[in-house]
Amino acid sequence: MTIQQKVFALIIGAGVFLVILEMVRRRRLAEEYSFLWLATGFGIVVLVLWNDILDWLTHFIGAKTATTTLFIFGFVFLILINLHYSVKITKLTIQVKDLAQKLAIYEKDK
Amino acid sequence: MNEKEKDYAIIIPAYNEAGRISTTIAGIRKFNAADIIVVCDGSVDDTADEARSAGASVIELPFNMGYGAALQTGFKYALKKKYQFAVQMDADGQHDPLSIQALIAPILMDEVDIVIGSRFLSEGSYRAPFVRRMGMYFFGFITSILTGRKITDPTSGFQALNKRVMEFYASKAYPIDYPDADVIIMLHRQGFRFKEVPVIMHNAAKPSMHGGIIKPVYYIFKMLLSIFLTLLRKE
Repeated sequence: MTIQQKVFALIIGAGVFLVILEMVRRRRLAEEYSFLWLATGFGIVVLVLWNDILDWLTHFIGAKTATTTLFIFGFVFLILINLHYSVKITKLTIQVKDLAQKLAIYEKDK
Repeated sequence: MNEKEKDYAIIIPAYNEAGRISTTIAGIRKFNAADIIVVCDGSVDDTADEARSAGASVIELPFNMGYGAALQTGFKYALKKKYQFAVQMDADGQHDPLSIQALIAPILMDEVDIVIGSRFLSEGSYRAPFVRRMGMYFFGFITSILTGRKITDPTSGFQALNKRVMEFYASKAYPIDYPDADVIIMLHRQGFRFKEVPVIMHNAAKPSMHGGIIKPVYYIFKMLLSIFLTLLRKE
């Protein structure tokens, strides 16, 4: 990784970390949802600072450059977080349905 | 009408059926004194008021949630009101109220838990478009193989069911989008007794929910997935 790439990645990683912390502080984001994002920011910073891990990981997955490794893991993470949201949405949909049904029945009996 | 027949409700999910719902209710009333529960599924027209003036009990969902969710609301309400069994039918006049008696007879005799009205066992005027008919044959075939008995009309929403089936329908297991062939397979695996009886169905006055391109494709996908997963589940 070039110095330029490192600085850029560090800024992104630290930026994500701080923004998420601030959002949780202002209660605009629940702690529950912040975890995955904080882990990403933290992960980027660790990988950049501790280059050996990144190199080992790059070698391990058979990638040519360290940036590819970061890119792939970033992408996989985004897929996982989307899946997480789909699961949440499914749960919320069921809860909204049950609530609406309860409300309709309650109003009928009122 | 004997006492036992009063223990049931006719549940009708309705979405924007103003102009048809009163005719449907009046049609039922001609032959039947059972309580009629209309579940108005977030309709934006006068469906709810029309159904109320026609003499039905109306439950109004706060927004449109689809056929299965509306129907399930009706079952939850019927269970709360302690009805012993229920008949479900469509709001658009497709299901002939003359056939209700044939549907409930096996339930009254406790012969089965659920009775499915089949348009293909009778001489009704119902004629499905070609693609839809192919789909019905296909899912009828799969359902017949998996349940070990001949199912001619797996997509029929004209059914009579006892309290145990209502409880099952009110549970999480009930699929709220397009419940039909997969539900029959679920019922079979849960050990419920069911049979088909001939009923009269007419062509619906308005286009079916299976119109278009995306919906039928999604329907087939959903149904196959749901059937497959039903077979994988232990419970």
